[in-house]
Amino acid sequence: MRNAVGRDIPDSLLVNGREVYQGKNYMDGKYIQKASPRTKRYETPRESKIVDSIAQALKDCGAKSGMTFSFHHHLRNGDYVVNMVMQTAIEDLGLEDLTIAASSLGEAHDPIAEYIEQGKVVGIQTSGIRGRMGEVVSNGKLKTPAIIRSHGGRPRAIEAGEVHIDIAFIAAPTSDCVGNCRGIGGKSNCGSMGYAMTDAKYADHVVVITDCLVDFPNMPASVEAIDVDAVVVVDSIGNPKKIASAAARISQNPRDLMMAENVAKVIASTPYFKEGFSFQTGVGGPSLAANLFLEKYMDERGIKMGWAIGGICGPMVELLKKGKVGKVIDVQDFDLDAVNSINQTPNHFEMSASQYANPANKGAFVNKLDFVVLAALEIDTGFNVNVLTGSDGVLRGAPGGHPDTAAGSKVCIIVTPLTRGRMATVCEHVVTVTTPGDCVDVLVTDYGIAVNPLRPDLIECLDKVGIPHVSIESLKEKAYSLVGRPDDLEWEDKVVAILEARDGTILDVIRKIKPYQA
Amino acid sequence: MIPRPRPERFRLRRTMMFMNAQKPGLIKDAYIYGCDSIMLDLEDAVAENQKDAARFSLYHALKTIDYGDTEVIVRINGLDTPHWQEDIRVCVAGGADGIRIAKCESANDVHTVEKAVEEAEKEFGVEVGRTLLMAALESPKGILNAYEICSASERMFGVAISGGDFRKCMQTSFQRDGVDMMVARGQMLIAARAAGIQCFDTVFTNLDDNEGFEAEVRQNKAMGFDGKSLINPKQIRLVHEIFAPTEKEVIQAEKIVRAYREQSAAGVGVFTVDGKMIDIAFIPGAERTLKLAKACGMYEGEFA
Amino acid sequence: MEIKKAAMAGTLESSDAQVTVEPGGEGIELSLQSSVMNQYGRQIKETVLETLERLDVKSGRVTVVDKGALDCTLKARVECAVFRSCDESQANIPWGGAIR
Repeated sequence: MRNAVGRDIPDSLLVNGREVYQGKNYMDGKYIQKASPRTKRYETPRESKIVDSIAQALKDCGAKSGMTFSFHHHLRNGDYVVNMVMQTAIEDLGLEDLTIAASSLGEAHDPIAEYIEQGKVVGIQTSGIRGRMGEVVSNGKLKTPAIIRSHGGRPRAIEAGEVHIDIAFIAAPTSDCVGNCRGIGGKSNCGSMGYAMTDAKYADHVVVITDCLVDFPNMPASVEAIDVDAVVVVDSIGNPKKIASAAARISQNPRDLMMAENVAKVIASTPYFKEGFSFQTGVGGPSLAANLFLEKYMDERGIKMGWAIGGICGPMVELLKKGKVGKVIDVQDFDLDAVNSINQTPNHFEMSASQYANPANKGAFVNKLDFVVLAALEIDTGFNVNVLTGSDGVLRGAPGGHPDTAAGSKVCIIVTPLTRGRMATVCEHVVTVTTPGDCVDVLVTDYGIAVNPLRPDLIECLDKVGIPHVSIESLKEKAYSLVGRPDDLEWEDKVVAILEARDGTILDVIRKIKPYQA
Repeated sequence: MIPRPRPERFRLRRTMMFMNAQKPGLIKDAYIYGCDSIMLDLEDAVAENQKDAARFSLYHALKTIDYGDTEVIVRINGLDTPHWQEDIRVCVAGGADGIRIAKCESANDVHTVEKAVEEAEKEFGVEVGRTLLMAALESPKGILNAYEICSASERMFGVAISGGDFRKCMQTSFQRDGVDMMVARGQMLIAARAAGIQCFDTVFTNLDDNEGFEAEVRQNKAMGFDGKSLINPKQIRLVHEIFAPTEKEVIQAEKIVRAYREQSAAGVGVFTVDGKMIDIAFIPGAERTLKLAKACGMYEGEFA
Repeated sequence: MEIKKAAMAGTLESSDAQVTVEPGGEGIELSLQSSVMNQYGRQIKETVLETLERLDVKSGRVTVVDKGALDCTLKARVECAVFRSCDESQANIPWGGAIR
């Protein structure tokens, strides 16, 4: 069945009440029955919940084949915990048919690819999938289609019981002996633990894994002891160098700077750019550099940013410290400046993924966003964006908060170079629709700016201050004139991944790619 | 194949950005940053054992990439190398707008290049005289012979000083106040103006020293340079800003040109604008200001 | 032209391609790797074979490791490798003739 972004969704997937994507805010006003976990009572006071090993914790929580284990991705590419747990479960305890429900997965988890090929891991639910895992899933090695969700879609699915977590594993930079966890104060700090919070509330069992045991009570806790069954102390939960970079530097690449400046110009041309405006930006080169130019316009107009959300890094913390932004509310930290600031700098707060972006609660932060600046792997002439699959059709990205912030914000700006190497970023049809075009307002490239015709108000804003813009079709033609028109990818019928829209409908499917043989 | 219009000998050349002709990622769209001219480099940027490869890249880049209004100039290898003749053949065959003669020291050097260019134009069926020339002065001898170099050929549109080599010859180094090259810059400017061609300053290599760069560009403008060679796109904007005329200058220039057109139609040669005596000698300067203002997006009137 | 000895041109940098030519074999033996194989593999192959045909190369082993090079770069690398294999890459290149 064709959905609202023109994608053909196999009928075989439309079971158990699943629907195809019907457009923005389709689920508005509907009721949901929230799921509740089946959790164990610990009435007898316990001095400590520390157990000897991950294996022991798994046994204590009744781990068995067929279960779903959840993980958060705050340790990013430095994470050791997913691999440690899965190795113990599969190699030491001999468990099979396991599903991993992680908030994201990356190159740190290459070893899991092996378990997928062996058929021990049969399900993956995640926002991001990259590296070897992306390849084996794209090659159809996973027994069931992977389910890809946005950062807001994941807590929605957990709360609705669409993902039932048997055991949540919480990698914690610090924990006390009963499982109060924080993202700071240890040796592998990650700052915010926003993506772990819903897991801890909705999982049947919760196991905290830490490499830094601190005195009770570890407050204020990001994950609370009242939800935790067991605590395991290990030598190391991750490689600090890969968890948070020293400092996210603003790009010096002239192309990035040129685009970033145009992003700021567009923002400053709209009526939403006024005292107290709200803002989120990605950490990619041009998105982050937009901060720099935006500050200039704020100074010029004598206005301040009311609040900023998102994955946070140094440049935003600096604005907070300079008093140019009122509050920073933070679901994830990307560099040490941000890690060291959260809950330390006044007005730098932590929030959960649900608070950040869940479309099914009663109003997430993204719904109040004025501007979001985002990157794209591809964007097509319908303004649909792909941030999940490479233009070769292989899984190598993450929707993350992209669809959530795009849908919630008043102005969503995509900033991307027109081409990357020989890949046309602006194209006729994106390989996968991760963010529907009706949520995307402006495209800024190194070859020009295009405004979504759905936003005549923004076109007027740009015209009024003389910012030149062109049609997105002309940008696509320019891209193809540079790199040549790509051949259509060849697919097999087999669906290797289902891409859920943030509201739980099916936005797109990814099939097994047929590689070109020279 | 992208046909390029016949190069204009005198056009706006505030910024000329160097690009390694051997780097495919760089040359494919250097024009997007809005410099007036790009300078595809076959000389210092290209390793000795890649000179051949760079020519193949250059040829296809020239033939394939639509550089639009951006002028495309190629810096060829010095006349003391085994490369320059083939460099000239590829430039002419590819249809480059102009050639920059490296390490030029005499009118004779210009003539040597001009002869090879003309032969290449005949060989490749290019209109004779189409390919423009400019000279880079990199030695004391080049500066001393600046006038004969500047006036050596009808193809010559400009002359530039190359600071790195020149400072070495002079046993000095970069000075913030420009005293190291003050005389050379001055002499070159005088020669260029006497010969009626354009004059460009050398590159500023410390990309982190924004203040130093700005000071140098301001000095260039004050001395009367037409433009500057650049090594990074992020230098373009400042040069364009500093080389832009002021609003007052634009208004004044328009008044002068307007009054001149009206008065000369009525047969009057000398007249006053805002109380100031104006005659034909003011007109080229005023017209240049308006043209520059138009390029800077400051003027949309009828006189540019 | 005849591929007389092994020769190489280009790099493994992004947007470039490394082309190696070696004498031998009946006809052209092309081995192609590309970072954009699924979308551009067919076109890259065509460009390489057309360029070899223009140079009148009838036989040899040709290896292309493509890192997302544009057609104009691919052509330049193939041509340079072939001319290098004949020790003819430095002068009197037939610009606009076999090279176009």
